[in-house]
Amino acid sequence: MNSTIPSQTTLPWLWRLPALVYRSGALIISLLLIGLIVLLSGASPIEVIGRMLVGAVSTPDQIGRVVATLSTLLLCAAGLVYTFNAGLYNLGVEGQVTFGAIATTFVLRLLYPEEATASLLPPPLTIALGILAGALGGVLWGLLAGALHVYGRISEIFAGLGLNFAATGVAIYLIFGPWKRPGVASLSGTQPFDESLWLGTFGQTEATPVGLGLGLLALLITIVVMRNTYFGLRLRAVGKNQYAAHVLGVPARQQLLSAFFICGLFAGLAGAIQVVGVFHRLIPNISSNLGFLGLLVVMLVNFDPLWVLPVALFFSALNIGSLQLPLSLGLESSLAGVIQGLLVLFALLGRGLAQRYAAS
Amino acid sequence: MGLFACATAGFGLRVKVELQHIHKRFGPVHANDDVSLTVEAGTIHGLLGENGAGKSTLVKILSGFITRDSGVILLDGRPAHIRSPADALRYGIGMLHQDPLDFPPLTVVENFMAGSPSTPPILNPRAAEREFRRWCARFNFDIDPHAQVGDLTVGERQQLEIVRLLANGVGTLILDEPTTGISASQKTLLFQTLRRLADEGKSIIFVSHKLEDVEALCDRVTVMRRGQVAGELDLRPLHAGAQQASSHHPEIAARIVELMFGRALAMPTKPPTRRDEVVLSIEGLVLRSDRLEIRVDQLSLHRGEVVGIAGLEGSGQQLFLTACAGLEPPAAGSIHIAGHNLTHRPYADFLRAGVCYVPADRLREGLIAGLTIQEHVALRASGRHFFIDRAEVRAEAERAIAAFNIRGRPDTYVERLSGGNQQRTQLALLPAPLSVLVMEHPTRGLDIESTLWVWQQLIARCQQGTAILFASSDLDEIVQYSDRVIVFSGGRVSPAIPVAELDVELLGQMIGGRF
Amino acid sequence: MDSAQLLIILATAITTATPLVFACLGETLTERAGVINLSAEGTVMLGAMVGFVVAKTTESVWLGFLGAAAVGMLVALIVAYGAITLRQSQIAIGFVLALLCSDLSSYLGNPYVRIPGPTVPPAFPIPILEAIPVLGPLFFRQGDVLVYASYVLIIGMWFYFYRTRAGLTLRAIGEQPAAAFVRGHNVVALRYLYTLIGGAMIGIAGAAFSLDFKAGWSHRHTAGYGWIALAIVIFGGWNPLRVALGAYLFGILQSLASVAQSSIQDVPTQVFTVAPFILMILVLVLTSAGWLDRLLGYLPVTPRRALMRALRTAPPAALGRPFEQD
Repeated sequence: MNSTIPSQTTLPWLWRLPALVYRSGALIISLLLIGLIVLLSGASPIEVIGRMLVGAVSTPDQIGRVVATLSTLLLCAAGLVYTFNAGLYNLGVEGQVTFGAIATTFVLRLLYPEEATASLLPPPLTIALGILAGALGGVLWGLLAGALHVYGRISEIFAGLGLNFAATGVAIYLIFGPWKRPGVASLSGTQPFDESLWLGTFGQTEATPVGLGLGLLALLITIVVMRNTYFGLRLRAVGKNQYAAHVLGVPARQQLLSAFFICGLFAGLAGAIQVVGVFHRLIPNISSNLGFLGLLVVMLVNFDPLWVLPVALFFSALNIGSLQLPLSLGLESSLAGVIQGLLVLFALLGRGLAQRYAAS
Repeated sequence: MGLFACATAGFGLRVKVELQHIHKRFGPVHANDDVSLTVEAGTIHGLLGENGAGKSTLVKILSGFITRDSGVILLDGRPAHIRSPADALRYGIGMLHQDPLDFPPLTVVENFMAGSPSTPPILNPRAAEREFRRWCARFNFDIDPHAQVGDLTVGERQQLEIVRLLANGVGTLILDEPTTGISASQKTLLFQTLRRLADEGKSIIFVSHKLEDVEALCDRVTVMRRGQVAGELDLRPLHAGAQQASSHHPEIAARIVELMFGRALAMPTKPPTRRDEVVLSIEGLVLRSDRLEIRVDQLSLHRGEVVGIAGLEGSGQQLFLTACAGLEPPAAGSIHIAGHNLTHRPYADFLRAGVCYVPADRLREGLIAGLTIQEHVALRASGRHFFIDRAEVRAEAERAIAAFNIRGRPDTYVERLSGGNQQRTQLALLPAPLSVLVMEHPTRGLDIESTLWVWQQLIARCQQGTAILFASSDLDEIVQYSDRVIVFSGGRVSPAIPVAELDVELLGQMIGGRF
Repeated sequence: MDSAQLLIILATAITTATPLVFACLGETLTERAGVINLSAEGTVMLGAMVGFVVAKTTESVWLGFLGAAAVGMLVALIVAYGAITLRQSQIAIGFVLALLCSDLSSYLGNPYVRIPGPTVPPAFPIPILEAIPVLGPLFFRQGDVLVYASYVLIIGMWFYFYRTRAGLTLRAIGEQPAAAFVRGHNVVALRYLYTLIGGAMIGIAGAAFSLDFKAGWSHRHTAGYGWIALAIVIFGGWNPLRVALGAYLFGILQSLASVAQSSIQDVPTQVFTVAPFILMILVLVLTSAGWLDRLLGYLPVTPRRALMRALRTAPPAALGRPFEQD
């Protein structure tokens, strides 16, 4: 009764268009809608495109920010490839980023106490330990969601959402409580770390080689794992049909928990990079919502990691390019989110239309 | 106005139901092929047939659950326009589904009120409760109106549905396998109730697997086979001999079995492959599901032996097979594989011991839609290495495709294969040394050539020492290829009988629950 | 803290929670029909923005509410079309809409940030009822017509669910759509209907923020409330009364937090927004583990039944699953 494979309904032949028509039709509609929304705000779509392009790539600084965003986004998206392929909606990725960032901050503060003038260990080692701690923090938060889902039979969506807020709550508590700035506590975050604990950057930009390297490495590993390993194959098998995979001898629970583990690991690394590479302190919205953006990226590419890089790059450029809009055109930078959201929404609807109505 | 007239048709009037030349196709399957059926008012009409014979389709058409491709439904000689369950209800046609279609989290009274035309816009639970109690009292049903429906037994849920349908003015009552999963006393009460309703003039269609139930209850029976009416028999002579309902007419039973399965049984064709060593042994096994409890006191499977499970579908075969494969834990009893006690051990241990399960629902349980043939091959080989050697997997898939004559390429998605090729793929995926092969409907939906080919492969397995336990709804298949046969009937399991000792009548009786 | 002070805190809690009550009840209605509208976070925000802009340009708060309801319905229509007709993942579509609508509200609402706008005119205490000791000052001296409207909505929805034929049908299609279909109900049409009405209520919740309880518009004006509403619906076990109670509990936590701010400076108010989620997870853990049922099994039938019903948190059985006729 509740088949997951949509049945084709009988329609006049006229409706039976190739799947491609539905998909590209949906894309065109989303582009038209984006144009319409820009017009609604009283701006010219052409000008907006131009400004965003300029805003994303015209200076090394801007390119650096695109790369910094891309690094974090790649880590999140790479992790989400595992959970999506295992059939899980890991909305908890934001919390995993946040908790990773908390763990990193914890270790950095431990190794560089506020009253100290230098790190107890050599700074590169401190940073490395901080990043490692971030990964572990993400894993902890990911496995918590996984355990709630696998053993507690709680929907991973609500477990994840709940844990997102719990992680944010912990972060805010720490920022205002034990880790507050000397003097006044504020939402602007903890006391920035000493510059010796900042990740090295490409020139004077925000982009860090370590961050970009980790992001690309995570994606590369993910592509290899998903395409060339038994683990990736088992994961997809579980995601597509848990029962049949079980009958064929795939340990489903173990696979699901592994997916949460790996996603938590990558998300935790993303959180660590946000701390040591981007903000140099813990702030309440340390993830910059890049975890949620990662969900959109992976949904748009239909869970295939091979396409993650171009889409993530495009989305990062949109994010940074849109920051120019308030200055140059008096528009809000959230246009980036509107574009991203509409593209993904209509990709989903187009996919649905094609599945339901297209001639096979 | 027309609808209004029909609405009254259900109340108290005697309605003759006629289905004429009904056709229904599901893709390539002709589920109902020119089916005609007449149910006289005031009678109980049995509808018998194997699973897939088309009886379910037919009654679902009458109850509006599915729409027919062509054909006419006449109620008292007037054409009825039934396109949805709502239409059917307006004509006073109600159906009791095999799995009770009710609302488990709601209370009995709420279920009684839901969807009833007499329920006022503002609920009046007290009035509904009084009404409900009145109906219950009429039929000696004892159901707590405030209980949650999910806590009731299947029999009680059935009683609730009958009462609800009658209260809604149903004049034609369809019951789909109503005696599965209910107690003996509930069954007696059900039969009394149905008899009484028929005497009041209602038309009752009783869809069943069980010969004995049909014999005990029905005035006439229509047997369906492969989407067509195979024949119709008058059963009143059975009841005419006064009240001793137990009087048994073997010639009528034999006639019915013949109609259901064909004139004579096929000849056994399986070469002897059985060895002395016991590979699977079951002691005192008890299995429970929502609807059934199955007990298998003792069963041993020898190396190279084939044991076929006959019986009408839904009698617990699937539960038994999945338990033997280690997918369902038994409530009691033990399962030994090659001398090792594997009761309550994880499924992985069964796999390691060389037990393999091939489900009937290939695309939902056996294969993974969205993965290719070579990915399935790789999945089976999973665990040996970390990286997939694509060339090797491809070569292996090509070998399997050639050896099993699969019409597909290594990168063909399994959902794109035909049914026969999906079954070949399932067989190709079986690991090489195999102790026990548990199969559900090994050749369902296959053409004759594929069926023969599949059994060639299976017998070759037996020659290598694999024991096969399979269930099938094709009696010919069971007789042709089994060494011994067991029969399931409503959760009861017959002893294993060597195939040479079988004949149509004995099988018919066993399937009807007499053993 | 004396009782008068406590009464004030509780009364404030009820006021604060009122927009949330609208959103939670809208989501409850939708989910009871078997559809998850995960877009609530975005819908509330877009509703707040559209409500404010419409009210500002037409100078009518009521038209503002109408606009918010319409935009909530539009979003719900997309969810319904994707989920019910195209049978795509309700989660995916709802989630994308949640992000999309939030950003859309910021983008299109940009010119209206932090400017004065119309607000809902104050209402008077309800005569007679306000004189009831304790309950009077708590519920009926609220001075806001939306608060009173929310009472009507809570009671009305409870009545609709449990005392009307249509409500019984609604619960039926969320539990067992096939059984409802057999009883002659048009499951698809009803699911569309309730998803749209629920969406309208979620949109109205947004306008209740921007035109009344958190008057004005700014970026991310209602951030977090949509997600909290989703959690409260689970916490409230899909029962309008308990859902409202959950919303009020959240309101109490918030007003307690602002009171406590002076005494416990270490704990910022934002930490308290986490509470509903922790409670939600706890409730889910407690009820899905099955030990509650075992524990209740020791009780005699009558109190057990009452307790079971009171504690029931099983979601509608068909929640999130598409219905296919054959």
